[in-house]
Amino acid sequence: MRVRAQMSMLFHLDKCIGCHTCSVACKNLWTDRDGAEYMWWNNVETRPGTGYPTGWEDQEHYKGGWQRDKKGRLKLVLHSKGGGVAKAFFNPALPELNDYYDPFTFQYGDLFNSPPSEQQPTAIPISKITGQPLEISSGPNWDDDLGGSDIFAANDPSMEGVDDVVRAQMEEIERVVFNYLPRICNHCLNPSCLAACPSGAIYKREEDGIVLVNEEKCRGWRMCVSGCPYKKVYYNWNTGKSEKCILCFPRMETGQAPACAHSCVGRIRYMGVLLYDADKIASSAALPDDELLDAQLDMILDPHDPQVITAARAAGIDEGWIDSAQRSPIYKFVKVWGMAFPLHPEYRTEAMMFYVPPLSPVMSSIEQNMIKLDIPDERRDFELMDELDKARMPLEYLANLFTVGDSDRIRRVLRIMLAVRTYKRRQSVDGVIDEATLELIEEVGLTENMVEAIYSMTTTPTVDDRFVMPPYHREMSLEAIGDPLTAKGSTGFGTIKPPRRGP
Amino acid sequence: MSTNDVLFGVLPYMAATLAIFVGVVRWRREPFSVSSLSSQLLESRKLYWGSISFHWGLTIILTLHLLALIIPSGFEWWNGAPVRLYLLEITGLALGLWAAFGITVLIVRRFTSARVRRVTTGMDHVVLLVIAIQIVTGVWIAIGYRWGSYWGTGVFIPYVRSLLFFQPEPEYIDPLPWVLKTHVLSFFAFLAIFPFSRLIHIITLPLQYFFRPWQKVIANREPPADEYISNEPRTKQFN
Repeated sequence: MRVRAQMSMLFHLDKCIGCHTCSVACKNLWTDRDGAEYMWWNNVETRPGTGYPTGWEDQEHYKGGWQRDKKGRLKLVLHSKGGGVAKAFFNPALPELNDYYDPFTFQYGDLFNSPPSEQQPTAIPISKITGQPLEISSGPNWDDDLGGSDIFAANDPSMEGVDDVVRAQMEEIERVVFNYLPRICNHCLNPSCLAACPSGAIYKREEDGIVLVNEEKCRGWRMCVSGCPYKKVYYNWNTGKSEKCILCFPRMETGQAPACAHSCVGRIRYMGVLLYDADKIASSAALPDDELLDAQLDMILDPHDPQVITAARAAGIDEGWIDSAQRSPIYKFVKVWGMAFPLHPEYRTEAMMFYVPPLSPVMSSIEQNMIKLDIPDERRDFELMDELDKARMPLEYLANLFTVGDSDRIRRVLRIMLAVRTYKRRQSVDGVIDEATLELIEEVGLTENMVEAIYSMTTTPTVDDRFVMPPYHREMSLEAIGDPLTAKGSTGFGTIKPPRRGP
Repeated sequence: MSTNDVLFGVLPYMAATLAIFVGVVRWRREPFSVSSLSSQLLESRKLYWGSISFHWGLTIILTLHLLALIIPSGFEWWNGAPVRLYLLEITGLALGLWAAFGITVLIVRRFTSARVRRVTTGMDHVVLLVIAIQIVTGVWIAIGYRWGSYWGTGVFIPYVRSLLFFQPEPEYIDPLPWVLKTHVLSFFAFLAIFPFSRLIHIITLPLQYFFRPWQKVIANREPPADEYISNEPRTKQFN
């Protein structure tokens, strides 16, 4: 057992309101620069939809992630090592700027400088790259709230396997159904961007698992952009270097949650430490599709297990981190309650950001194409329980996103969420919890204590409940690199080298 | 000292000195500036036709030039039979034309694509000009001064060797026509601008990729005492 720690984020999709505050916080902090305008390290997609960049899940086109070959070995979809170097002069799997969008601004000067005329002056959109006028035809959330549309939803690869009748219902305008999917870099255990980088510029930090690009080593081969199945590495066309989400490590090192999580209006995001067994990375990523998810979840170790604690200490993990892992809300959601899954585990990168699937308590049709409204109140919750297959957001679709197509696992989570809801409704509205409800929570594998714990972690968590930040002890890790007192007594002035494009 | 002596006896050393010294200084002190500066993200269709032809054409031709320098006797033997001489010359010409096609597309692309123009510097124009002169004179020599791989071993190889052994004999070049002189001079220009331009990306060929494990984990703290030190490359292992 080789224990390592991973900083992980969890998205409670049931609470996401799609306000994009996270994206804006991230943009203002990190990517408001020339060459980075089109980068959205954090973005929020409407699902079903094609996402950003357009159709990123289509790996036949973009060649991201890993695959299992016929002998059961793990291989990059993109290239072998020799193939990667041979394709250096042109990377056929690289998205073009038009797959993202032409970053734009508006010619605001026109509003002030226009000569007197009958009409109001307008500020025309111009490209932030060329400065030329441009007709905006796509953007990072161009399909916002158009989940049911036949342009965006119909082209979503995860709609494959969803029943035709259900698809038709989803696309009916009165019944349009969608949910939001916020995405950041997944800081995978088996990152394929890293494996695809010929220069060796990308690495995973051992102490917290953050995947970073060393831009001093990056030579602009762009293989990481294609190699990442989530399309979360971006090529800066101005500096000629790749950039990606850094999980706000400068914030985390000072005990703050990442900006996207901290600014989240719906409070859907949780941060915490997970301990995992690094010896299992390669073997569990090479398993057949239907064993992938279990293998990945099995890698996450129980931080209360004395054996794990001993091994963690032997691997140099700080006591504060072990304590933090024991209080981690991510561990509770993922392992204790089994309510959260990584996004697209079939990419075999072992993504470490987790999602609680959204519960859409609206039935599409309980009886033939009819919405049943005459169910008595006390029966309604139970009726939903039995008819989850007819939920307006199809289980098959969510299963394609989170569980490699296993809709039973999604059903289990939704039933837990419904059971908690039913229990709390009986408790707070009726003031008494009836036998049927108690049977129900037992049936989905919960105890009353667990229901209360899930409820308070979901509905009324404080900032400290949501973000259990470990102590980074940056002062100690600095000592390992050099003498922290070298600059003592100096004025603090030095030369700053801004990252400029080479000649 | 004649003009010929300066151009072909002194200039090559100045160019090489620049290439090596400035190149090393830039690589070590300004690693951020070393990049292929790819513009594929901004424009991809023309780049497909231009970049592949240009790079592969030039890479193979340069390798053949280098081979001739290392084993001239091998070339002399190969060219002993006319059929083999024709084959080599036709191959060389074809590669030259391929590279010429590539650089034409790249030049057109650089001037017509508004997005690419945005990231074009003055040095990019110099680079394109110097390489274009090299390719054009190279193709010209292949057509106009035929069987260069045959007579070149008696003229250029001794000259380049004299340079490499620090006993320059620029007299070899003096009687040659100006097209050949330009071909040689433009290579010195290429060397001279190499460290000041994007050309420096030539030395970023990532051979270390073949010898590293797929995954790379770096610890930012004192590694634990036992053998588990993850920032040391372990080639056999996956991560």
